[in-house]
Amino acid sequence: MSEVKDQMPFEGAEKDSENLLVVKNLKKYFPIKSSFFKMTVGNVKAVDGVSFAIKKGTTMGLVGESGCGKSTTGRTILRLQEKTDGEVYFDGQDIFKLSKEELRKLRPRIQIIFQDPYSSLSPRLPVGEIIAEAVREHGIVPKEELDDYVTRVMEACGLQEWHKNRYPHEFSGGQRQRICIARALALNPDFILCDEPVSALDVSIQAQIINLLRELQKEFGLTYLFISHDLSVVEHISDTVGVMYLGNMVEYAETEKIYSNPLHPYTTALFSAIPVPDPDYKMNRIVLQGNIPSPANPPSGCKFHTRCDKCMEICKNKAPEMMEVEPGHFCACHLYDKNVSEENKETKEN
Amino acid sequence: MADNKEKVEENKQENNSSYISAKESRKITKFNRKVTKKLEADRANAKKDPSLYTTKMKDENNVVEFDNVCTYFFTDVGVVKSVDGINFNIPKCSTVGVVGESGCGKSVTSLSLMQLLQRPSGQTVGGEIRFNLGDGTAYNIVNTPTAKMQEIRGNRISMIFQEPMTSLNPVFKIGMQVNEVLELHNPEMSKEQIKARTLEMLEMVGIANKEGVYEMYPHELSGGMRQRVMIAIALACSPELIIADEPTTALDVTIQAQILDLLAGLKNKINSSIMLITHDLGVVASMADYVVVMYAGRVIEKGTADDIFHHPAHPYTIGLMKSKPVVGKKVDSLYNIEGNVPNPVDMPDYCYFRDRCNMQCERCKAKVGEAGGDYPPEIKISDTHFVSCYRFFEEGEVIGYPKTVNAEELLK
Repeated sequence: MSEVKDQMPFEGAEKDSENLLVVKNLKKYFPIKSSFFKMTVGNVKAVDGVSFAIKKGTTMGLVGESGCGKSTTGRTILRLQEKTDGEVYFDGQDIFKLSKEELRKLRPRIQIIFQDPYSSLSPRLPVGEIIAEAVREHGIVPKEELDDYVTRVMEACGLQEWHKNRYPHEFSGGQRQRICIARALALNPDFILCDEPVSALDVSIQAQIINLLRELQKEFGLTYLFISHDLSVVEHISDTVGVMYLGNMVEYAETEKIYSNPLHPYTTALFSAIPVPDPDYKMNRIVLQGNIPSPANPPSGCKFHTRCDKCMEICKNKAPEMMEVEPGHFCACHLYDKNVSEENKETKEN
Repeated sequence: MADNKEKVEENKQENNSSYISAKESRKITKFNRKVTKKLEADRANAKKDPSLYTTKMKDENNVVEFDNVCTYFFTDVGVVKSVDGINFNIPKCSTVGVVGESGCGKSVTSLSLMQLLQRPSGQTVGGEIRFNLGDGTAYNIVNTPTAKMQEIRGNRISMIFQEPMTSLNPVFKIGMQVNEVLELHNPEMSKEQIKARTLEMLEMVGIANKEGVYEMYPHELSGGMRQRVMIAIALACSPELIIADEPTTALDVTIQAQILDLLAGLKNKINSSIMLITHDLGVVASMADYVVVMYAGRVIEKGTADDIFHHPAHPYTIGLMKSKPVVGKKVDSLYNIEGNVPNPVDMPDYCYFRDRCNMQCERCKAKVGEAGGDYPPEIKISDTHFVSCYRFFEEGEVIGYPKTVNAEELLK
C-alpha cells in the first residue's frame, strides 16, 4: 500500500466522493520568449508537479514565500489559465476536459475571493449590482426574487440593506472584503478559493473577516482553499496545510500534525521565523540564508538544497519524491527516505 | 421594528457625514487657504530668528520628545486631525515601537518628525517636537527652517521606508545612491573615502557580494536585498535616530526574520535609537523596549514592552492582542473588535473608542460636559505605564488631558 503511495500519493483520490477537489501532478510553465523570432528559450516553472486533495466542508491552507506558485496553483485550478500538465478533478469531473458550456455551468460552484479588495471591485457599479450581476447571469434565482436574495446574502456577510446603492469607494477595506465575499457567496458555491483574503487588512479587521469565513463555512458547508503567507492565520482557519517552495509542494498534512511536528527543513525554518507577540519569548529562529532562487533557473536536485542547513550530497543531484512519512503526513525530503539516509551515512564516513 | 428604526437613523447619519453642499465646500476651501497661508508665513518668519526654534530638552537622556504634537490636514472635506496631541519620548539607544491600525497616525507622526509632510495642506499646528542636538540645546522641529532640517535629515535622523522598490531610484546604481548621502553630509571626504565607506556599509548590512552590488541597479536585487540597501543608506551617516516605517511589511516571513535580526544587531553596533512603526505585534514584541499604542490620532497607551504585552490596560490594546491568531494557541473563534474607527473629519468629543468598547465603566457612559464625558486623560498606572482610559481614573495618577488645537483659532 505504502509503496504505491510513494509514487502517487493521491492515486484514485478523485473516485472518492468525499473529496471535492483533487489535484494531481499539476504543472504550469510560463514560456520565456526571446525577442528574436519569438522563440521559446526557457520556461518559468511556476507550478511544477503539485498534488493534493480537499475533502468536502474542510479548509486547506496553502503557504509559502511570495513567488513560490501559490496563486498560480489557485488560478490554474479554477481554469482561469490553462495548465501545462496534470489533472484537476472537481467533484469527480476533470475540469480541463470540460467544454466551454459545461465549464460555464460549473463556474457558479467554484468562486474566488481576491487579495486586494480595492482593485477587485468595479468602481462604477453599486454594491447591489456587483453582487446581483452574476446571480442574474447564471439564473440562480427567478427575476422577481433577485432583490430579496441579494439582501439576504448581504446580511449573511454583515452588510446592511442600505449599502446596496452605494459604490465601493464609500467603504472601508474590511467592508469591501465583505462585499467580495458576498459576491462569491451569492452564487451558492461549493468551493471558494481565498487568495490572501486578509493580507491587505488590519489585525482587528482580519479577525472579523476570518470569523465571517468560518461562520459561513459552518452554515453553508463550504470548502475553502486558503492561500496565505501568514502562517498564524492559516493555522487558525485550516484543517489541512500544504507548504510550497518554488513550485513544488514540500509538505502536506493535517494542521495539528504539521504545526506540532514539521518535518521538512523549509517548513521548520518557516515556522521558526513567525514573530510571536511576547517580549519574553526567546526566538529560536532558523534564519534561512539567501533568497528564493529564480523559478526560471531552479537549482538541480532538491530545489531547497541551496538554503538548507541539513543538505546532503544526494540533495544536489536527485529531486526528492513526495512520500508518506507518517499516515497522512506527506513530505518531500531525502532526510526521511530510509534508503537514502543510509547511503548518505556511508558517504559521510568516507 | 426597533431594528428598522435604528437602521434608518444610521442611514441618515451616514448620509449626513459624507455629503457636503457646494456652499459648505467653498467655505472649507476658503478657510483652508487662509489658514495654510498664515502657517506658511509663520514658518518663513522662523527662518530669521533662531530663538524661535532652539529650545532645551526636558530630559537629556532622550533623543526625541513629542510634546502635545498636533498635525492636521486641511482637506476639501474638512480638517483631518491625523495626530492630535500626542506625548511620548524616545530615549537614547533604545527601540520604541509605535503600533496601531492603518490610518491611526503612525506614519504622520514620523513624517512630522522629519518635516516631510505634504505641505501646505498638511501642517503641524501645535506642540513641540524636540530633537536633542547633544550640546545641551535642542531643535523644535515644528519651526525649524528647511535649511537646518536638511542638515539633520539623513544625517542625524534617517528613515527606512516600507516599500524599498519605490524608495530607491531605478535609474541610478546602488553604489551611487549610497554615496549620495555621504557626499551631501560629509563634504570633506574624498571620493575614495566615500566609496570605501559605502562598501563598508554594504558589508555591514550583510551583502556578501558588495563590489558587485555597488555596480548594480535596484531592479537586479530581490526585495530583501533592496531593503538591506535601504538600511545601508539610512545608517551611512551613523544617525542618532532611525525611523523604520513598516520595514518588513512588504517582505516574506523568512526575509523578515533576516532583516529584523540585522536591525537589532546594527542598533547595538552604532548606538542609535530606533523608532519602529508597524502594525505587526509580533515584530514589536521581538524588537521594542518601549511600545506606544495609537488609536485615531492619539496615544492611548504607552509603556515598556513588558507592560504592554503582559499587562495591557486599554480595551483597544487588549482587543488587538486577542484578535491576532497566535501559532500554537487553538481558539474556536477569534476575538473581534466590533465597529470601525470614527470618521477622522468629525471626531467625537468623548473617548474615541467608547462606541467599540465592551469594558465601559460608569464614568465613560456620562454625557459630554459631565465628569467623564470628555476624552479621558492620560493616567499613570505604574512608573513606566501610561494609559488613557477612565477605568483607571480612581486608582492611577492623572497626568493631563490631551492639549489640542482648535482649527478656527489658528487664524487669530
